[in-house]
Amino acid sequence: MSECCENVELFDLRAVNTPAWVTGFVDTASGRVPVVTAGWSRPDRLGRLKCRLFNSFRMNYTVEAGIYALGSPNGRSPVLVTANYKLSFDLLRRELAGFDAWIVVLDTRGINVWCAAGKGTFGTEELIRRIGSTHLSGIVEHRRIILPQLGAPGVQAHRVKQETDFSISYGPVYARDLPAYLASGCKATARMRRAQFSFKDRLELTPMEIVPAAKGFLIFLAAVFVVFGLQPEGILFRSVVQSGLPVALLGLAALLTGTFLTPLLLPWIPFRSFALKGFLLGELATAPLIFMAGSEALDDIHLILFSLVFFPAASSYLALQFTGSTTFTSISGVKKELKIALPLYVAAAAASLILLILYKLQEWGML
Amino acid sequence: MKYLTNVVTLELIPERCTGCGRCLEVCPREVFGKNGKTVRIVDRDRCIECGACMMNCSFNAIRVTAGVGCAAAVINGLIKGGEPGCGCGGNDKSCC
Repeated sequence: MSECCENVELFDLRAVNTPAWVTGFVDTASGRVPVVTAGWSRPDRLGRLKCRLFNSFRMNYTVEAGIYALGSPNGRSPVLVTANYKLSFDLLRRELAGFDAWIVVLDTRGINVWCAAGKGTFGTEELIRRIGSTHLSGIVEHRRIILPQLGAPGVQAHRVKQETDFSISYGPVYARDLPAYLASGCKATARMRRAQFSFKDRLELTPMEIVPAAKGFLIFLAAVFVVFGLQPEGILFRSVVQSGLPVALLGLAALLTGTFLTPLLLPWIPFRSFALKGFLLGELATAPLIFMAGSEALDDIHLILFSLVFFPAASSYLALQFTGSTTFTSISGVKKELKIALPLYVAAAAASLILLILYKLQEWGML
Repeated sequence: MKYLTNVVTLELIPERCTGCGRCLEVCPREVFGKNGKTVRIVDRDRCIECGACMMNCSFNAIRVTAGVGCAAAVINGLIKGGEPGCGCGGNDKSCC
């Protein structure tokens, strides 16, 4: 199959079940191009939700790379470039309701613009190749393409200009600002150029922190069951409930502070380091619980010390993972944090293990 | 929101800068500002080392060790050896 025709052939082959967002085809110098609608239907909305919840779904949520027509574009219509992560494509076409435009989709292996630009798959080479394979210069009379600003880390605009004659205008960071940007003749205001990270943005990203951590939590629960149930006479359910249950609940509290509360309350928690933010919140959430539990549930000094060390450290580690989801962390900063935090995590894990062993020895009357 | 202070590797070489302003256009963090005819770094600590300015400076006036500020990616790099990477966009299906 020749590269130039790949998306045309794909849709011909699957003509019986073209997706709802493809409303027809238009003949161009590049051959038949799918016409897409700006509107979202149920599968599009459901897809967005599933992207926020299931990693395996989001990693395979793609559209075919190539060129698409939105509305009824002609040779003077703007050309917008995006990634082949379907959610990126969907957000773009939704914001372009009422406009006639060409959408060029790069093959970023299903990754969003920002992450793909960081990896170089939303990049100079792929863009140059795609401008050629879509015969863009035959479809439009002008020589300007609009890229999302967050694609810039992967693209050398001057090289694209040299090799294809197309000039790149970097559009706004957010697709929602595109109507205003296009209406003003491709002028972005300072606000449009700023990456933001609102409460709502953070809230939308937290499930992707909670879900993977929840898988680790199941292993933690199994360990709690064994450690607290284990008695000289076998695994006793009664002793699991007595001390294991409070420990499991503390684990849940640490999980939620690290993956949910810290990301959400990020700007209001003291310190700039994510590890410190997570530790502080983890301590604030678990220490009162530990002391409230009193001598009934956590009846051993080793167990209390274990809880005071292990859970804030776990919360800190989980909070540190959120650095990858933010719009304001740098790799040098993350490396610096890790250089200090990783040895401390290892030390905390070792101390926790020793305290647990001491607790069990005490319980079995061997100390 | 700002991250740690005094860590980023961003450098601007004023002699090479022509003041074209492309870096101001691509920077999502308002790190640069116009200083008469040339560009200057206004707030270095805001830089996230995404590399957009360096990539798009056709005069090689900007240097930065670019990367993604993601702990999972850095830890991944430490475990597997080599460069930090979250594995997405490749065969490995775990992501940033």
